Amino acid sequence: MKTRGASFFLQLAFTLIVCAFLIVPVLLSMLAGLTENYLVGIGSGLTLKWVANVWDNYRDTMFLSLGLAVACLACTLVIGVPAAYVLAKRQNMFTRAVEELLVMPVAVPGLATALALIVTYGALRGFRTSWTFILVGHVLFTLPFMVRSVLAVMSAIDLKTLEEGAASLGAGFRQRFFHIVLPNCRSGIVAGSLMVLTLSVGEFNMTWLLHTPLNKTLPVGLADAYASLRLEIGSAYTLVFFIMIVPLLLAMQAIATPRKPRPVRREDETP
Amino acid sequence: MSQTSDAREKPLSIVLEKCAKTFADGTRALEPVDLAINGGETIVFLGPSGCGKTTTLRIIAGLEQPDAGGRVLFDGEDVTNLAIEKRNVGMVFQSYALFPNMTVAGNIGYGLRIKGWSKADLAKRVTEMLALMRIERLADRAIDQLSGGQRQRVALARALAVRPRALLLDEPLTALDARLREDLRVEIDDLLRSLNITTIYVTHDQAEAMALGDRIVVMQQGRVAQIGTPRDIYQQPANAFVAEFVGTMNKLSGRVEGGIFVTAGGRMPWPEAPAGATRVMFRPEDVSIAVSDGHLNGTIASLFFLGDRVRLFVDVGDAQPIVIEASNRRKLSRGDRIGLSVDPRSFVAIDH
Ligand SMILES: Nc1ncnc2c1ncn2[C@@H]1O[C@H](COP(=O)(O)OP(=O)(O)OP(=O)(O)O)[C@@H](O)[C@H]1O
Ligand SMILES: [Mg+2]
Repeated sequence: MKTRGASFFLQLAFTLIVCAFLIVPVLLSMLAGLTENYLVGIGSGLTLKWVANVWDNYRDTMFLSLGLAVACLACTLVIGVPAAYVLAKRQNMFTRAVEELLVMPVAVPGLATALALIVTYGALRGFRTSWTFILVGHVLFTLPFMVRSVLAVMSAIDLKTLEEGAASLGAGFRQRFFHIVLPNCRSGIVAGSLMVLTLSVGEFNMTWLLHTPLNKTLPVGLADAYASLRLEIGSAYTLVFFIMIVPLLLAMQAIATPRKPRPVRREDETP
Repeated sequence: MSQTSDAREKPLSIVLEKCAKTFADGTRALEPVDLAINGGETIVFLGPSGCGKTTTLRIIAGLEQPDAGGRVLFDGEDVTNLAIEKRNVGMVFQSYALFPNMTVAGNIGYGLRIKGWSKADLAKRVTEMLALMRIERLADRAIDQLSGGQRQRVALARALAVRPRALLLDEPLTALDARLREDLRVEIDDLLRSLNITTIYVTHDQAEAMALGDRIVVMQQGRVAQIGTPRDIYQQPANAFVAEFVGTMNKLSGRVEGGIFVTAGGRMPWPEAPAGATRVMFRPEDVSIAVSDGHLNGTIASLFFLGDRVRLFVDVGDAQPIVIEASNRRKLSRGDRIGLSVDPRSFVAIDH
């Protein structure tokens, strides 16, 4: 085996240090959630009582967050994928302007967007206090990510010719869209979905303004917990959050890894 | 169901009536074109880049609408406003346009799936097409695991699987290397003859056009310059553009004096010379090297060894040297003076 040079070990060490820098606080925080008394240290013994406490008090925020994220994903898929398709197919002044406009909600601070929403719809009592109010904010915030991610893939493949090929075989618009366009943009759709889910679950700025005491999302609840309760509870909260979000992200990643149409059976060539 | 039987109705005839095309940005791609394509014939659109070949093909396919006033007729029926998916024409694109999300078999069977064929019929037809194109072993491959030539075969099989009324091919071999191109060309030729399907083949390669076409449509700047059999086009070009685009053509200027064409390089007998001809054209293969003095005399400006023969550029005092080909047994070298004679029956008189 080739001996590895010093530079390899330097790089390895650097990578490990960076990883540790990011991961250690998270691990410590999660550990704190399991500690009897954080100030005394781990010596005070391990307990699940903080976790149980969080589960009892903040269960709703977690389900709301997950529900919001899924609803937000559904909205961005239904709006964003067709929008990206139109932007990819029609290249003119108008669509280019829309493409530029799509960056706006990202560039404008979440607080400003939230204020705008409250000013506009705040008077509608039922809507203002419903979770769908937060959903609107999340969709506004995440939609550009979905559109851009799908649009990038659509621009990279020769969608027009693929569709013309399908049309020449008799496929109408709907068939072309579902058989050809969507499957070939899969990687963009999955990447966009991952981003929308994580952004929605983690969104704090905007949600903090939009939420009502009965509609708290996970990050808002987390902020509450840190601000008003024991550090252990906040940490236990982080732990529960991880347990919920990590399997979700792993599942999405599994879908994201490209699949070949079907396994290759034989390796030989044609004459 | 009798869908898998190979009985085919009478091949489709296609007529274009005054089909012009102006694109949204104002580009005039096609002047009004009239064209009648007989059922079962292989017609080749030949012309330099940008002359409107693809545009014409796309109008026939239904991917492009002709300007107002133009009509496309399939077997006499007006299909101008019929979308491509209703026209039942098979298309092979230069970039193949195979679906990356499907296997080879999935691609070939796609058109049948759209038509709602049963699983068993579909599988049978796909197997048939795989065998026809000799790619049985690739059935389960993904598209990105295929070579260029294999992709071409899949594209053809996919287009033919649905039994289209006509087959439209846009430079299908351009992306392949020379050797493979030659092989596939022969194969496509055999296939088209055995299928008896109306075929339109777009190319800018005149050798391909000659070899495949029953008739060739030579196009120039959005117009049809000439329509004819390969032999017509080669031997009786309608104008200087066709003459020079198809094959190699020599040009000499001079004047006619009592059945003799007088040029800087000599005097060539030309009994049937049209009155007042100032230019004459002839092909390299109609020139023979004279033993002593010929009708034309010149010096060899350069020569290229081509293996089986030698290509000579002979300076005969005209603006451009003339090109001839000689057997490689003759010992010739640069600067040699040689005499040439040209068969007057091969002369083409074209004046601008
Ligand atoms: N969608 C379009 N919009 C504007 N102009 C176009 C469009 N498609 C083609 N053209 C123009 O129309 C003319 C004819 O194009 P066409 O594609 O028919 O040429 P072609 O003969 O197929 O050339 P090539 O051998 O390069 O493929 C060209 O000048 C081209 O630039
Ligand atoms: Mg073209």
